[in-house]
Amino acid sequence: MKQFLSFVTKEFYHIWRDKRTMFILLGMPIVQIIIFGFALTNEVKNATIAVLDHSKDAATTSLSAQLNASQYFDIGRNLFSYREIEDEFKKGRIKLAIVFPQHFNEDLLHFNKAQVQIIADAADPNTADQLTNYATSIIHDYQNRITDERKLPYTINTEMRMLYNPQLKGAFNFVPGVMAMVLLLVCTMMTAITIVKEKEMGTLEILLVSPMRPQLVVLAKAVPYLLLSVINITSILLLSVFVLEVPINGNLFLLVFESILFTLVSLSLGLLISSGAESQQTAMFISLVALFLPTVMLSGFMFPVENMPLPLRIVSNIVPAKWYYSIVKSVMIKGVGLEVIWKETLILAGMMIFFLTMAIKRFKIRLA
Amino acid sequence: MPRKHEKARIYCRIELHNDEGCDARDDDESTVADNKIKITGQMNAVVVENIIKTYGKKKEAVALSDISFSVSQGELFGIIGPDGAGKTSLFRILTTLLLADSGRATVEGFDVVKDYKIIRNRVGYMPGKFSLYPDLSVEENLDFFATIFNTTIKDNYDLIKDIYAQIEPFKDRKAGKLSGGMKQKLALSCALIHRPSVLFLDEPTTGVDAVSRKEFWEMLKRLKDQGLTILVSTPYMDEAGLCDRVALIQAGRILSIDTPQGVVKGFSKPLWAVKSDRMLSLLHELRQKDFVENVYPFGEFHHVVIKEERGEGQLRQVIEGRKSENAVGGMVQPDIEDCFIALMKN
Amino acid sequence: MSDDKVITANNLTKKFGDFTAVDHISFDVHRGEIFGFLGANGAGKTTAMRMLCGLSLPTSGEATVGGYDVYRENEKIKKSIGYMSQKFSLYEDLTVKENMEFYGGIYHMTDKYIKEKTATILRQLHMEKERNLLVRSLPLGWKQKLAFSVALFHQPGIVFLDEPTGGVDPVTRREFWNMIYEAAANGTTLFVTTHYMDEAEYCNRVSIMVDGRIEALDTPPQLKHTYNASTMDEVFLMLARKAVRAAD
Repeated sequence: MKQFLSFVTKEFYHIWRDKRTMFILLGMPIVQIIIFGFALTNEVKNATIAVLDHSKDAATTSLSAQLNASQYFDIGRNLFSYREIEDEFKKGRIKLAIVFPQHFNEDLLHFNKAQVQIIADAADPNTADQLTNYATSIIHDYQNRITDERKLPYTINTEMRMLYNPQLKGAFNFVPGVMAMVLLLVCTMMTAITIVKEKEMGTLEILLVSPMRPQLVVLAKAVPYLLLSVINITSILLLSVFVLEVPINGNLFLLVFESILFTLVSLSLGLLISSGAESQQTAMFISLVALFLPTVMLSGFMFPVENMPLPLRIVSNIVPAKWYYSIVKSVMIKGVGLEVIWKETLILAGMMIFFLTMAIKRFKIRLA
Repeated sequence: MPRKHEKARIYCRIELHNDEGCDARDDDESTVADNKIKITGQMNAVVVENIIKTYGKKKEAVALSDISFSVSQGELFGIIGPDGAGKTSLFRILTTLLLADSGRATVEGFDVVKDYKIIRNRVGYMPGKFSLYPDLSVEENLDFFATIFNTTIKDNYDLIKDIYAQIEPFKDRKAGKLSGGMKQKLALSCALIHRPSVLFLDEPTTGVDAVSRKEFWEMLKRLKDQGLTILVSTPYMDEAGLCDRVALIQAGRILSIDTPQGVVKGFSKPLWAVKSDRMLSLLHELRQKDFVENVYPFGEFHHVVIKEERGEGQLRQVIEGRKSENAVGGMVQPDIEDCFIALMKN
Repeated sequence: MSDDKVITANNLTKKFGDFTAVDHISFDVHRGEIFGFLGANGAGKTTAMRMLCGLSLPTSGEATVGGYDVYRENEKIKKSIGYMSQKFSLYEDLTVKENMEFYGGIYHMTDKYIKEKTATILRQLHMEKERNLLVRSLPLGWKQKLAFSVALFHQPGIVFLDEPTGGVDPVTRREFWNMIYEAAANGTTLFVTTHYMDEAEYCNRVSIMVDGRIEALDTPPQLKHTYNASTMDEVFLMLARKAVRAAD
């Protein structure tokens, strides 16, 4: 036991004395949360658009005013000809152009239909999609208001409710994602590096030729990073609740428990990588390419897994972060309890046992 | 001609008698204390038999090629050879860190393959490049290794006292900031802290200044006097003279094993040292002479290995012929390096 | 400044903050000389060499190498010297031939020259069969000899050798020094550091650095006479033991 404690103490010294790395390990989650929470967002706001109004009547003026009033659009210019539209797009000054034909209001009143042309810059299809949707919905809104006054038959009113996240805050998506990313990065990469570092320094040789059992070496290396992860989880949750106003709707202890479970999975992965890597560079590389990248892409955090082709959906099942991400969303945002997420929890627990066993088994008791 | 190497004549299987009885396989919970059984009688501390080690998928690189030797208890045994000779591979096999391709080896009677756990509890090992933790202090390093070996600095302080005393004033300094000589002393202390009976030191004097090197060997002699068996590897030929016995190793083969004096005695041909004001031309001339077996620079002089006694007269003539350039020469005793060169030539 | 002096140093000093690594050293090296630059680890040898190679700017003092000033003309210095160290000489994952082509290219040699010179070197070293082998697979002694030849590839007037024979077997060491002799006989000046005191004997003159200063500079026979020693080893130990820095 004394051996184990002495080893853990030594590991803490290493981490504590490498101030630069420690700063990154503890500061990174904070920085990420803030950046994701505030600066980065999938939502488009204040997009500059242009309006080409051939009618300039009450309806078009009213509609234009509505568009401008919305938080999504900012009417940059009123254009006077088609040619100008081309020019504005090419110069990247606008992302969307609205064209009203002549006699807009008259057509609406007398023929019960009028046309509006929406031209979007689809060089960035995602943005174009969103902007056209916003524009269309604002136009429909206007349409509904004026038809209301005329009471047409067979209208279907749709009422939308956004459950769990009525304000559609992006942060609700990002916080669980950031938690998964941070824990994975810190635990996997750092544990992988720390063992390989001993190999490179030559101290592993001395440790092997000693009574210390290899399994204890492996475990002792993991303990400090477990603690570091708990600190990270705490800071992320604190920031999310108090700064980003993302609530914790579910049981806090359950959330922490699941996070620790995921941490253990990541630690085991890191230890597994280290048994195969010969240099710190290799360890880092494997951690980043084989783990981090798939996690970002296949966990459902950035891109929905449901949209992916079948082979990738199958692969995403072995990405631990996918399960953790889904668990966190469920517990934190939806507020459910263990009875719903028991399956995912079991999967994570199984992964942990598997990786840890593999890591210990593969730990080489000799140099070659 | 390589001499016949001594094979282990006495090979004892140790019977350990203590209260619990000792199962060589299941040694996990044993402490150093349990293993400190008094071993009496003539006994070889290390036995190596026909060890072969290769590297590479097709086994192209031969690191050790049929190595055999033995080391008696309490011996200071030197393994002398240049880089790439196989010294580190040999040490790693003996400390159970590498598996040989074939052959056997035992340390204090325990097999390096089957009984590796026991050996790892008993030996002290100092790998090349003094593997210490650079960001831990001197004291922290020593403390750590002591605890890993289930002991404390206090328990075995007497053993490392005169070594550690020299670096104790710096005990709070980070190991990475020590000079080469001090790192060496710290690494040695860490290897001794659990009172091993056999010490393996892999190139402990490489990269260390000349003064520290001398001091280090003096420390080793004192340790030997306390009963430790010490195996040291070094590329420095002059350090061979400080050992009880040496094995000269080159390209995976043992060229000779004997006491330093014995190796020198094995040098069968007459050896002369000559010099003049025009060393280069002297060297060229001697190379052409057929009474010369070998001639090579050796510091201030050139060493000339003469084929047979008759050649001495001919050499004298050459020296006479160069009187104008202050040529002088005379017979000298060969040293280990001369022997190494001669053995390499064969 | 006489034509004959290829390296001059006058009160050359290098400080790192409060620490004076090289403390006002002065010496000259003549053309074709084999100059031994000795000192314990930490005595300041490597720092001094770096300044002479144009790799590090002195804090004060003057020095010229090949007639070029170390402050203002260090790029010219680099072009006119050769350098070889124990730690790095050739790329392990390139073949013998590729290494020579690479270094020839760096020094702006013509293709024709590179081809001829490569063939010459391989012949002299008896390594024609190994021309397409990776350097990694060569024994250490061969690597060192090859590295030395590569350092001489562009026929520099001055070559700096930083512990070129470290860890090499005794026979190869001597073959190496043979190569050094031949180079010196051809007019190349060699500036060598080494830990082997017998090699100090092969030098024309030897300087011994202790604690950043040059404590002794003379021919080996003279040094032995002055210090009443029979070998350079004894001379060195006498001086090195006085060192304050080495014990720290």
